[in-house]
Amino acid sequence: MGGKEKLERFEKAILPHLDAAYNLARWLTRNEHDAQDMVQEASLRAFKFFDGFHGVDARAWLLTTVRNTCYTWLAQNRRSQLTTSFDEEIHTVEKDALNPSALALKSSDMEMLKVSLEELPDDFREVIVLRDLEELSYKQIAEVINAPLGTVMSRLARARGRLKQILCSHLKEKP
Amino acid sequence: MDCSNAETLLDAYVDGELDPLRNLDIEEHLDGCARCAQSYSDRQAIRGGLKTESLYFKAPADLGKRILRSVRQAAKAEAPAGWFSGSWLKIAAPLATAALVILMLVPYFGGPSSDQILTQEVVASHIRSLMVNHLADVPSTDEHTVKPWFNGKLDFSPPVSDLAKQGFPLVGGRLDYLHNRPVAALVYQRDKHVINVFIWPSDNSAQTGGPVKTHQGYRVIRWTGSGMNFWVVSDLEQSQLAKFTDLLKSSLAAMAS
Repeated sequence: MGGKEKLERFEKAILPHLDAAYNLARWLTRNEHDAQDMVQEASLRAFKFFDGFHGVDARAWLLTTVRNTCYTWLAQNRRSQLTTSFDEEIHTVEKDALNPSALALKSSDMEMLKVSLEELPDDFREVIVLRDLEELSYKQIAEVINAPLGTVMSRLARARGRLKQILCSHLKEKP
Repeated sequence: MDCSNAETLLDAYVDGELDPLRNLDIEEHLDGCARCAQSYSDRQAIRGGLKTESLYFKAPADLGKRILRSVRQAAKAEAPAGWFSGSWLKIAAPLATAALVILMLVPYFGGPSSDQILTQEVVASHIRSLMVNHLADVPSTDEHTVKPWFNGKLDFSPPVSDLAKQGFPLVGGRLDYLHNRPVAALVYQRDKHVINVFIWPSDNSAQTGGPVKTHQGYRVIRWTGSGMNFWVVSDLEQSQLAKFTDLLKSSLAAMAS
């Protein structure tokens, strides 16, 4: 593939998904500046390996690259939050998820929801971002996070349970 | 359906990822169970909240431009024109010659050629398809079902023809991965023998072919025609496989004309 042709093909396939790439990077790094760096680095990486991209789903492909770039960065720059650390917590989530609490979110609660989502462990936060914000299918999410479909389903359920738990405790604290 | 089942499936239900039958089961349960119905509406409330615009971070306006700039630079570094200009040539030419000589010699000194690697890959794919009972993603003897199935799954449309009348019925199609790219696999059968035909676009427009190879007891025949690479692999006996290949080629030629 010629350089110019490759460049054109790349621009056409990748640029439309820049918002998606940035949104994921922003949620994973939790700050603007690093998120921009991540997207830039991921785009360069994606360009380098673009010859190997023959699929149809450019968005999922770019998001995979962004995610991998972010995780490499997170592992180097932060105390590791890559995985959910306490099994006990997961356990309490599942019990708690069985306790419905008649949630009614007002628009003033949105900031609280944002904070709660930021507090989730990375692997929980990313599935919620991919599903509820990005509206990827389970199959696409499985591709992006490189996990079986069943894992996507159960992780999403646990992540939402945990999110609800955090959100509820914040809402209770509120004066 | 009981509450614990419902709870497990509730997220997939909210996400529209369940099959219609399970959807009905859940809906029936939600109608009769206030607790699960509440759990469901909690999820909807959070989901609704997550759709709020303030939670979606849009890329800053200049990010696209900055990325384009750095990617263009990277592209320039990759472009062949840059390599052969100016003083580069003095250093690059001898290096390139040396590299070329090595590349040409490699096949003679035991390193596997790309052809050999591909043969191994093709046979491995064939064996895998038999082992895990994953012959076809779209089990169908109808070429008009199999061909459209590939739409949207590949960046090309493979030619599909049924050879049932000639004794080699089509049994289905499958997505496979070869040579670092997704390819179409068509599955044919002769008695108890399975034939896999792997198809993907070729850079070479000329008609070429190769000799029959045997690898791990499987026969592999390959050729290039009408812009596609074809690799046929089976444990079928040689004359039978040659017959199949001839039939497939002439059927493809008839389709093309």
